[in-house]
Amino acid sequence: MKELKEELKNKIIEELNLGHLSVQDISDSDPLFKEGLGLDSIDALELIVMLDKDYGIKLNDPIEAKKIFESIENLASYINKNRLR
Amino acid sequence: MNKTCYINSASSISSQNTFRNNNFFEKIIIHKEKIANAIEPNYSKIINPISIRRMSKITKMGIATAKSALKKGNIMMPDAIITGTGMGCLKDSEKFLKSIIENNEKFLSPTEFIQSTHNTVGSQIALNLKCKNYNMTYVHGSISFELALIDSQLLISENQANNILVGGIDELGGKIVDDTLVLENDNENGINVPLSEGSHFFTISSRKNANSLAILKGIEIYHKISKNDISNKLNLFLKKNKFNKIDVIILGFNGDIWDKYYKILTDNLFKNTPQVQYKNISGEFSTSSSFGLWLGLELIKKQNIPKEVSLNNIKSNKINTILLVNQFKGTQFSFVLIESII
Amino acid sequence: MRKNFVSITGMGIISSIGDNLEENFSALINKKVGLDQISHINTIHKNKIKVGEIKHTNNELIDLLCFNKNENYSRTELLGSIAAKEAIKHSGIKSIDKFKTGLISATSVGGMVRTEKFYLNSNSDDNSKNYVKNHHAGRSTERIADTLNITDYISTISTACSSAANAIMLGARMIKSKKLDRVIVGGTDSLAKFTINGFNTLMLLSEKECMPFDANRNGLNLGEGAAYLVLESEEIINKEKKKVLANISGYANANDAFHQTGSSDKGNGAFIAINKAIKSAKIKKEDIDYINMHGTATINNDLSEGAAIKRIFDPIPPFSSTKPYTGHTLAAAGAIEAVFSILALNNNTIFPNLNFKNKMPELNISPVTEITQKNLKNVLSNSFGFGGNCTALIFSKNE
Repeated sequence: MKELKEELKNKIIEELNLGHLSVQDISDSDPLFKEGLGLDSIDALELIVMLDKDYGIKLNDPIEAKKIFESIENLASYINKNRLR
Repeated sequence: MNKTCYINSASSISSQNTFRNNNFFEKIIIHKEKIANAIEPNYSKIINPISIRRMSKITKMGIATAKSALKKGNIMMPDAIITGTGMGCLKDSEKFLKSIIENNEKFLSPTEFIQSTHNTVGSQIALNLKCKNYNMTYVHGSISFELALIDSQLLISENQANNILVGGIDELGGKIVDDTLVLENDNENGINVPLSEGSHFFTISSRKNANSLAILKGIEIYHKISKNDISNKLNLFLKKNKFNKIDVIILGFNGDIWDKYYKILTDNLFKNTPQVQYKNISGEFSTSSSFGLWLGLELIKKQNIPKEVSLNNIKSNKINTILLVNQFKGTQFSFVLIESII
Repeated sequence: MRKNFVSITGMGIISSIGDNLEENFSALINKKVGLDQISHINTIHKNKIKVGEIKHTNNELIDLLCFNKNENYSRTELLGSIAAKEAIKHSGIKSIDKFKTGLISATSVGGMVRTEKFYLNSNSDDNSKNYVKNHHAGRSTERIADTLNITDYISTISTACSSAANAIMLGARMIKSKKLDRVIVGGTDSLAKFTINGFNTLMLLSEKECMPFDANRNGLNLGEGAAYLVLESEEIINKEKKKVLANISGYANANDAFHQTGSSDKGNGAFIAINKAIKSAKIKKEDIDYINMHGTATINNDLSEGAAIKRIFDPIPPFSSTKPYTGHTLAAAGAIEAVFSILALNNNTIFPNLNFKNKMPELNISPVTEITQKNLKNVLSNSFGFGGNCTALIFSKNE
C-alpha cells in the first residue's frame, strides 16, 4: 500500500500539473479537495480517467467518486480492493 | 451619436520581446524559421500556481496581457471583457481530437475539452478578476479582433460601459500548423512570413486619463472588396471620419499573392505616406492585426519608425494619425483609424 | 420617436423535431420528441446515449438545398443554410442587397465536424488538405453568407451554449444603432464526435431522455440544429409594409465568474443577466408571462438557474425547458429557443417541460408539464454557456 500511495502522489502531481509540489508535500490523510490541495471538480474528472486507464476501475457516479477521492489513504485503499490492472 | 473612445493602454506578448518592454525598438528579432513562437514571461509572478497549472499557452498569454493592460490603464474592474480569436484554443483542441482518434474515444482528458471552447480566454480573465460584467468572444478569422473593437465602440456609445478590456489572441497549434505550412508552401503565392502567435490587450475608455494614448477614430470591416474598389472604399472611410491626411499607414503584408491589395494603396493613394508593415516581425496569425494596433501605439509613443518595419523610408514630422489596413486572402478586410492624444 | 425594441420579421429553423417552422411547431404541440439513438456518427457511445439528431444525411441536406455535392460543405454549414434560407423567405425578402444587411451567426463546432474526419489523413486529396482553411468558426458563417449573398457585415460569435442568444442580442444592437438596416441572426451546430466525447468525459450526458428541473435528473442529451431570425429596422418595416412577428424588447449578458464549467449555487450570472434584461425592456418582473429556461437537466445548471429565478420572481412565472424535445443544441440553442419563444408568444401556448416528475429538494419549483394556453405578452429566454457566459433575451408581442 505504501508503494501505491507514493505512486498515486506522483500520478496526481503529473496528471493534475501540480509541478510546484513534491511527493513530500502531499500527506496520506489530508483532504485533496476544497481545502488541503484545493482540487476541484475538473480534477476529480481527471482522476476518474486515471482510475480507468491505469487501474481498470470505472467510476460512473461523480458523487461516489467524491468520497473515494477524499484523501490519498481513501483512494489507495479503494484501488487496492477494486483494481483490475 | 458615437462617443469618443480613448485607447488608454496596451500590452503585448508576441514572437518579439514585447511584454513590458519599453525598449522593443532597439532590438527587433528577424525570424528565419517558418514558425515563430511567442516570447513568454515568467507567469508565476502574474498568475497563481493553483490556477495556472491547467492553463494552456493561449490562456496564460491572455491573462498576462489583460492584467498588464488593466494596470497600465489604471482600471481595477473593467465594465466589459471582449476577445477576438481566429482559431481559439488550438493546442487543447488538437490534443483532444488526437486522443479521440488514437485512443478510440477512451481515456480522454476533460481539461483538454473544457479548454477548447473559444471563449476560454475571455472567461478565464473574468474568473481571475471575478468580473461579472459583459463578456463576449468573436471568432471570425482575421477580423476577430476588429469585431471585438467594434463591439467596444458600440458599448460605449450605448452608455453600457465606460472602461472596456479588449484583446486579440491566438496560439500556434500542432499538426494544424504543419498542415497550414504545407498548403502555403504548395505554390509560390503562399504566405512568406512565419506563422506565429500572440496576445494583445487594450483598455478602451469613454474617459481620457493621464495615460491615454490615442483615440479610436473609426473602424470598418468588409467581407470582400474588389481590387478596383479598395482605394475608393478607403477614401470613403477617411471622408466619413473627416480625415484627409494620414501620417502613417500600417499594412498587413504577409508575402502572399493577396498583398496586391496593399500594393494598390502603396503605389497610388498612399505613395507619399510613410508605409509600415508588421507581419515580417510579428508573423501571421488570425489576430496579428492586434499586434499592428499595438505597434501603431508604439509609433505614436516613440515618434519614430524602426527600419525593420519601414517600407518606404519616408519620415513623418509628427506621427499623429495612423491608418491600419488588413485582409486575409482577399476577404476579411479591416480599416482602423487612430489619432494620437499625447 | 425612437423605439425601445427591434422587430422580427422572419424565422427559420431545423432541428431533430422538424425541418422547418411548421414541423417544429407541430411537434411541440403534439409532444413529438426528437431524441433517439445516434445514427450518423460512428462512436463507441452509440448505444449508450440519446441525442437530438436530425435524420437527414449530409447528402440529403445538400439535395434539399440544391447545392453542389463537390463543394465539401460541413454539416454545420448545411443546417445553417437551411434555417437561414427559411428565415429570409419567411420574411418576404426578395432582394437581399436592397438594404444594408448583415449575418451574425454563432457556432461552437464550426468546421470541427469536418476536421475530425480529415485531421489524421490530410494528405489524401485536396478536399482533405483544405480542412485547415475551413476549420475556423468564421468560415462556417462566411459559407452561409455566400449562399445567401450577404456581403455587408458578417460576424461570428462563439461563447459556448449562449452563443446564438448573444448573436441575437448583437443584431438588435446593430439595428438600434443604425449600423445595419437588417440582420439575420442565430446559430448552427451539428453533432460531432468531438463534442459527444467532450461532454462524455465531463460526465454530463444522460443515458435516458433528460429531465430538466427534476430531482432525479442526471444529465443532458446533446442535439443539433440551426435557427435564425430576421431583424429589420422600423424604416424597412414601414417602407416594405412588413408583418412583424414579435419584438426583441430586452437583452443582457453577464458572467458568473465562478468556475469554468459550473455555475454558482445561487446562479449569480443568471441573476444579473435576467434582471438587466428586464430593466432594458423597461418592463416589470411581473410582466414576464413565461420563461423558456436553459434547463439542460444537468445537476448543476438546473439548480443554479432555478435558484436565480427564485431570487428574482415572486411568484415565479410559468417556466419550462424545451430541451427534452430537441436535446441541447449547444451554440444554436439560444436561437432555436428564441424561435420556440416566439411561437409560444404568437400562439399563446406554453410548451411543456417533458419528463418532469419530482421537484428538486433544494427548490420548491415546478415547471409547466402540459401544453398550456395562456395569454402571453412577454417571454424570457435564458441561455447559459461554459465560462459562465449568461444571456437573457426578452421577446414581446407586437401590439
